[in-house]
Amino acid sequence: MSKKNSEYLINRKDNQYEVVIGLEVHAQVLSESKLFSTSATKFGAEPNTQVSLVDAAFPGMLPVINEFCVKQAIKTGIGLNARINKRSVFDRKNYFYADLPQGYQISQFKNPIVGEGKVILDMPNGQKEVGIERLHLEQDAGKSIHDLDPQNTFVDLNRSGVALMEIVSKPDLRSPDEVNVYIKKLRSIMRYLGTCDGNMQEGSLRADVNVSVRPKGSKEFGTRCEIKNVNSIKFMQMAIEYEANRQVNLIEEGKTIDQETRLFDTKKNETRSMRSKEDAHDYRYFPDPDLLPLEVSEKFIEELKNDIPELPDDKKKRFIEEFKLSSYEANILVSDIDTSKYFEEVVAKMGKNKDIKLAVNWITGELFAALNSKGLEISQSPVSAKNFAILINLIKNGTISGKIAKTVFELMIDGDKDPQKIVEEKGLKQQSDPKAIEALIDKIISSNREKAIEYKQGKEKLFGFFVGQAMKASGGKANPQLINEILKKKL
Amino acid sequence: MSDITKQSLTELVENVKNKKLSSTDVTKAFIDRSEKSEELNAYITNNFTSALDKAKKFDQKPNLDLKLPGIPMAVKDLFCTKNIKTTAGSKILNNFVPTYESTVTENIWNEGAILLGKLNCDEFAMGSSNETSFFGNVQSPIDKNLVPGGSSGGSASAVAGQLTPVTIGTDTGGSIRQPASFTGIVGLKPTYGSCSRYGIVAFASSLDQAGPMAQNVKDCALLHEVISSYDPKDSTSIDFKRNHYSKELTNNIKGKKIGIPKEYRVDGMPKEIEDLWKKGIQYIKDCGAETVDISLPNTSYALPAYYIVAPAEASSNLARYDGVKYGFRAKGKNLIDMYEKTRSEGFGAEVQRRIMIGTYVLSSGYYDAYYLKAQKVRKLIKNDFDEAYKKVDAILTPSTPSSAFKIGEKTNDPVSMYLNDIFTVPVNLAGLPGISIPAGHDSKGYPLGLQIIGKAFDEQNILNIAYAMEEKINFKNKITDWWIK
Repeated sequence: MSKKNSEYLINRKDNQYEVVIGLEVHAQVLSESKLFSTSATKFGAEPNTQVSLVDAAFPGMLPVINEFCVKQAIKTGIGLNARINKRSVFDRKNYFYADLPQGYQISQFKNPIVGEGKVILDMPNGQKEVGIERLHLEQDAGKSIHDLDPQNTFVDLNRSGVALMEIVSKPDLRSPDEVNVYIKKLRSIMRYLGTCDGNMQEGSLRADVNVSVRPKGSKEFGTRCEIKNVNSIKFMQMAIEYEANRQVNLIEEGKTIDQETRLFDTKKNETRSMRSKEDAHDYRYFPDPDLLPLEVSEKFIEELKNDIPELPDDKKKRFIEEFKLSSYEANILVSDIDTSKYFEEVVAKMGKNKDIKLAVNWITGELFAALNSKGLEISQSPVSAKNFAILINLIKNGTISGKIAKTVFELMIDGDKDPQKIVEEKGLKQQSDPKAIEALIDKIISSNREKAIEYKQGKEKLFGFFVGQAMKASGGKANPQLINEILKKKL
Repeated sequence: MSDITKQSLTELVENVKNKKLSSTDVTKAFIDRSEKSEELNAYITNNFTSALDKAKKFDQKPNLDLKLPGIPMAVKDLFCTKNIKTTAGSKILNNFVPTYESTVTENIWNEGAILLGKLNCDEFAMGSSNETSFFGNVQSPIDKNLVPGGSSGGSASAVAGQLTPVTIGTDTGGSIRQPASFTGIVGLKPTYGSCSRYGIVAFASSLDQAGPMAQNVKDCALLHEVISSYDPKDSTSIDFKRNHYSKELTNNIKGKKIGIPKEYRVDGMPKEIEDLWKKGIQYIKDCGAETVDISLPNTSYALPAYYIVAPAEASSNLARYDGVKYGFRAKGKNLIDMYEKTRSEGFGAEVQRRIMIGTYVLSSGYYDAYYLKAQKVRKLIKNDFDEAYKKVDAILTPSTPSSAFKIGEKTNDPVSMYLNDIFTVPVNLAGLPGISIPAGHDSKGYPLGLQIIGKAFDEQNILNIAYAMEEKINFKNKITDWWIK
């Protein structure tokens, strides 16, 4: 494998292969109730406590569309720069399984609610556009639990009927890295919109990964395999690497690739055949006669457009222009909506004489490190944006040094204390009175006569010794710049 | 009063309101007759004890402002009734007790009626003779070993046999009108979207409609007024202005134009049916209305289209009966084995046949040739009616191509059985209202019905036409009580 010029290629003897990837992302719609029933959707509830007669498919029960979920899907479509279809149709996808009470999943087959769109990825070597084929609404199935009993399978229908958005990309992705950035971008957009929490641990975001390979430079697609239901970015990347190499090996051996559905075994780090094309389910899609075609007006869409917040791409542009940030810095700050919110609040609280660069460095440095070590999200930060802003200002106006600030910050992390108070209570204020520092330095020089002479004779390294002594004598509070200036004069 | 069960719904309501009869009197009388009528096999489940309790309770504090004050009523066993077994005539729901009530029956109880029991029907309403029921075939009160029609066969038998004053059935391709025609009663299939489908065991969702079955047109109008309502729980329910159908009922149909579609003169139609239709035309004229020859050119495609669309939807609607959550479950070695055994043992032959047809026509590679084409035909049939209604106010046809047949006569010939629906099916495909009224007898003395098809939401108009014709026809059902010893 080589990554020359960031191009992800698989090398074999004389041949180089390009990997072509398309994703079908299943994103759970952020909604209090299900797509066609009023049951709750809370994660982690006791099994079968969020199930209505509709979700359990009792005789004579009928689906009624949840308007909120429709709005969420349209908003997401707008966030993906996609065409919103004013008329879409719900179809039944028929198959039998114990956790599919109706015997069919209500989905959208021929006429999805959202059509073609695009997403921009920021890659190290520049921007890349990934096409969106469509987004459609569908019901989630329940959950079969096979490992609670040696004989029986248990079924939890809490998830049955929960609204999902299936976001289908065009086969535009070319590497595991791009998949990583693509998933993160989708998640970021949806979190900005509040349409999906993007929580992969809870299964709110998972994907079917389509992988094929072709000789570098070829315009034709190879035969693809679909890896079903992968629930973390890391696993997606591992599955792609494995699958692409498997396909290349087959080609190199002169064998053909069968179009099939495969599973990714996370323990063995390999993909395995699940079913071949011949065994593929015939889902017998047809329009659900219990539901009328979904029609939305131009006005309805326009009102939702007015409701769309500033999205990551626009925010990034504004951060670069307004705060003179680098593209790299802006990216870090906008990729997560909560980080961008925190940053903007810090900026607001810093007032007029603010040092934005300093704030950015502290957020991406000290704050991120502290949160990381505590395993917290920025939204759970023990240091409020307001106190964070005060801390940055204290550094900026010379009240404390950067070094002292680190001590103060550590105290802040243990409880959201006002840094001003910490500085006062612990007497950490920076010593910036030249006379006091002069007195201090005079004392040090007189008690280290020999070293002072050595320095004057040319042992310049000893300068650092004197700075250290001065700092130590001041309890670390002396303004380092002043120490430098005065020492140079006196020595 | 010994003749309580002979009274029409309208008379019973009046007598209860005038306190000439109590709910207990009425309920007792119908329970008594129902108990003597076991041979008809009209009931799957009786609710007699509870019904009598409710009647007594009603009498203690009667609310006489209700439309059906203390009136007992049995309903087709396709309507889910809270805490009362609901089987859809199938083994697979043999032990199913809903915790909920269908909107249509809820509407009925809200107007003061009392549930007498659940009436037999073809399994999942699939059949035209009530012979596919897991609970056995239903006898017709007209003659021994005669089918009452289907799928609402138990309902038709119960009304004609005076086991219930009125009832409700469901009609997917003729399941109200054909049995009404076979048993000499009135049956209305409302416009699609008029009555909520919530809580009705689904057969074919885009065709199913609940509707009233009664001794006469006025009773039919009253019951329709009670059951028809807009229901947000059914996404295909339509919010239109509903009439007070019984109050606005009139026999004045002067000047109305009634279409006579030439395509309904099918090959091999018995002369008796042809003659009945002619008589019907004369009655129309006698009422001061005029008949107009019209054409519904795509009629002959209706039956094949119906037998694609209905099984397709049914194959999907019935997937939920898998032994996992409720109803009958057979033991199996694994999940697939359990599915196969449950569905093979739980569904009868006709239901399995339709599931297979439906699964086939929806399969990839066949979808376009069958399902999609059938949907196109459906549109053409609807267009035919739209065209016709530019010229006429309603359409008159026979209800069925023959009178009732003997039990067992057609069970081995599904196609001949399906042909029973030839005049009723186009109405379901077009989503229109249609009413069957008894209009005469054949040479064997069996009832024959005429069908009046209306414009969408124009139930009042066809009820009025039926009302006016009923007066002229003056039909007398020949019920000999042959089954009562």
